[in-house]
Amino acid sequence: MRNVPDSLLHPGKRNAWLAFTALALVLLALPFATDALLGRGWVRIADFALLYIMLALGLNIVVGYAGLLDLGYVAFFAVGAYCYALLGSPQFGLHLPFWVVLPLGALLACVFGVLLGAPTLRLRGDYLAIVTLGFGEIIRIFLNNLNAPANITNGPQGISMIDPIRIGGFSLGSTHELLGFTFPSVHLHYYLFLCCTLLVVFVSLRLEDSRIGRAWMAIREDEVAAEAMGINTRNIKLLAFAMGATFGGAAGGLFAGFQGFVSPESFGLTESVMILCMVVLGGMGHIGGVVLGGVLLALLPEALRNGAGPVQQALFGKTLVDPESLRMLLFGLALIVVMLVRPAGLWPSVQRRRELIADDGVVQQEQDTVYDSSK
Amino acid sequence: MPLDILLQQILNGLVQGSVYALVALGYTMVYGILGLINFAHGEVVMVGAMVALSVSQLLLAAGLPPLLVLLLSLLAAVAVCMLLGYGIERIAYRPLRNAPRLAPLITAIGVSIVLQNLAMIFWGREYHAFPQMLPSSPHILAGAVINEVQITIVLVALAVMTGLLLLVHRTRLGRAMRAVAENPSAAALMGVDINSVISITFMLGSALAAVAGIMVSANYGIAHYYMGSILGLKAFTAAVLGGIGNLRGAMLGGLLLGLIESLGAGYIGDLSGGFFGSNYQDVFAFFVLIAVLVFRPSGLLGERVAERA
Repeated sequence: MRNVPDSLLHPGKRNAWLAFTALALVLLALPFATDALLGRGWVRIADFALLYIMLALGLNIVVGYAGLLDLGYVAFFAVGAYCYALLGSPQFGLHLPFWVVLPLGALLACVFGVLLGAPTLRLRGDYLAIVTLGFGEIIRIFLNNLNAPANITNGPQGISMIDPIRIGGFSLGSTHELLGFTFPSVHLHYYLFLCCTLLVVFVSLRLEDSRIGRAWMAIREDEVAAEAMGINTRNIKLLAFAMGATFGGAAGGLFAGFQGFVSPESFGLTESVMILCMVVLGGMGHIGGVVLGGVLLALLPEALRNGAGPVQQALFGKTLVDPESLRMLLFGLALIVVMLVRPAGLWPSVQRRRELIADDGVVQQEQDTVYDSSK
Repeated sequence: MPLDILLQQILNGLVQGSVYALVALGYTMVYGILGLINFAHGEVVMVGAMVALSVSQLLLAAGLPPLLVLLLSLLAAVAVCMLLGYGIERIAYRPLRNAPRLAPLITAIGVSIVLQNLAMIFWGREYHAFPQMLPSSPHILAGAVINEVQITIVLVALAVMTGLLLLVHRTRLGRAMRAVAENPSAAALMGVDINSVISITFMLGSALAAVAGIMVSANYGIAHYYMGSILGLKAFTAAVLGGIGNLRGAMLGGLLLGLIESLGAGYIGDLSGGFFGSNYQDVFAFFVLIAVLVFRPSGLLGERVAERA
């Protein structure tokens, strides 16, 4: 597995074990530490960051591995979230259990992914970008307007009082006492989301080194050549789309259960762009990079919200630029600058970096070392 | 459905379609030459409208006659947009000309986000009333209503499109543009300065966008920082519908899309038994886009788009 440091794969080495255990401990202790140091609000932010990482990893399959630019990814997130919301809230009086609703949402998102992908995937990449963008808008417009004459989605008001995530008789919506520790709802969600994120990371890692993963990357690099090598490009691309959509749908269900409220506002183009930014800035096709991008971009707006206002107050005596537009402005600039300066992202995979700056001497160097070692 | 309402929908569709056609031309010209979707084009339309808004407010307050103000604000908007188009190409596209396809697309998205948010910071989040500079007394035409603004929009669009066709097919510059679109390296060998041709193409497209921006704002009487993105998407749809890279296709596609939208929004209520209403207007363009891509990816007038190896 090329993305994992070699030492991690050979746990016999003590340093690797230490690093691994330390990381696990930090992740386990994180909610309690942030709760004590920064306040309960930041635990909630950490929960959202994990959701975003899941989404970014899902999109990474589509954009990073298969090289298909999807600008409407949030639509799948919306499908999952609304599926959970409609089947687990007073909206229709249905209160189906978590174990039914979440897979159903993921499945539905997968179906939507295939429906969207099938007609468009035989076309060139930039058409796909526009169609997915349009698809995202279509979903949002429908969610916004399906409240009359038959009220299905409750329109712009959204659906509230969604059932909390409940595993067996254990509801994540309330505080629990376990082993002498008090676990508030946000902490419980944190652990659930952490598990899900780790699962997504694991699946991504395994996919990356599988036959399918290699086929995706072959298509990304050169579709015609990939086809000539016997890859059924249409099916494999469709699979990437379906798989990305499935992850998006599952994350959507978790989002609905955690938030207790969904409205079309949460699923705009801005969100799609934000998730895309995470993938692109972090490093397309590299799991570590994508996770880094997710963490950075999930925390950045919060930092701006808490930092930009007061700083402007101090400098100019009033708030000139509201943090929201400042955030988007920075995202836009970051997209441009990263593409121009570090086209492979902040933390690219070794292989990808090699491809993108092939004439920068990196390949030459590597070849040299190969020849050196063969001497 | 009464005939006068049908006629009204057709007139509205033609007016809206002329605007789509002008914006679609910008997409199609850039695509024809670079093979690139200029994602930021919709925002250029918005900037054109906003600049015209500010200039006209300023000049009207100074007491100039409305027609002169309209002309001056048009000139200002065109100048700013041409500069903007030039800048976008230089900063976001030119350095990436030999990069993987995804790269310029992502910078384009970046540019459009930046422009949108800069506009929001400059002009605020609110809807601005666009000053009325043409007399807009309604004329009754066989039961349908049309005003001077709408007539002007259709006429100006026709004039601009004719001018563009003449430019591309009758002048030296136009020949250079067609040569670059056909084969950039061969054109360069023949002594065509590719970079300046590309810059000029961007500037021409942006000038058309500025004109379109003023048209939209004058027609609806409002300007808003967010008006560009959905308009841009629809215009892109129009370009694809007509056959991207093809100038006449963009014009035809724009007019058709305008008609489809206005007729669709007008009749969907009756067709679906009142289940869907005209609030689904924005959805039509996307369904048209998907349908075209499925059934005739090369568009109505386009040549077959081959997979680039």
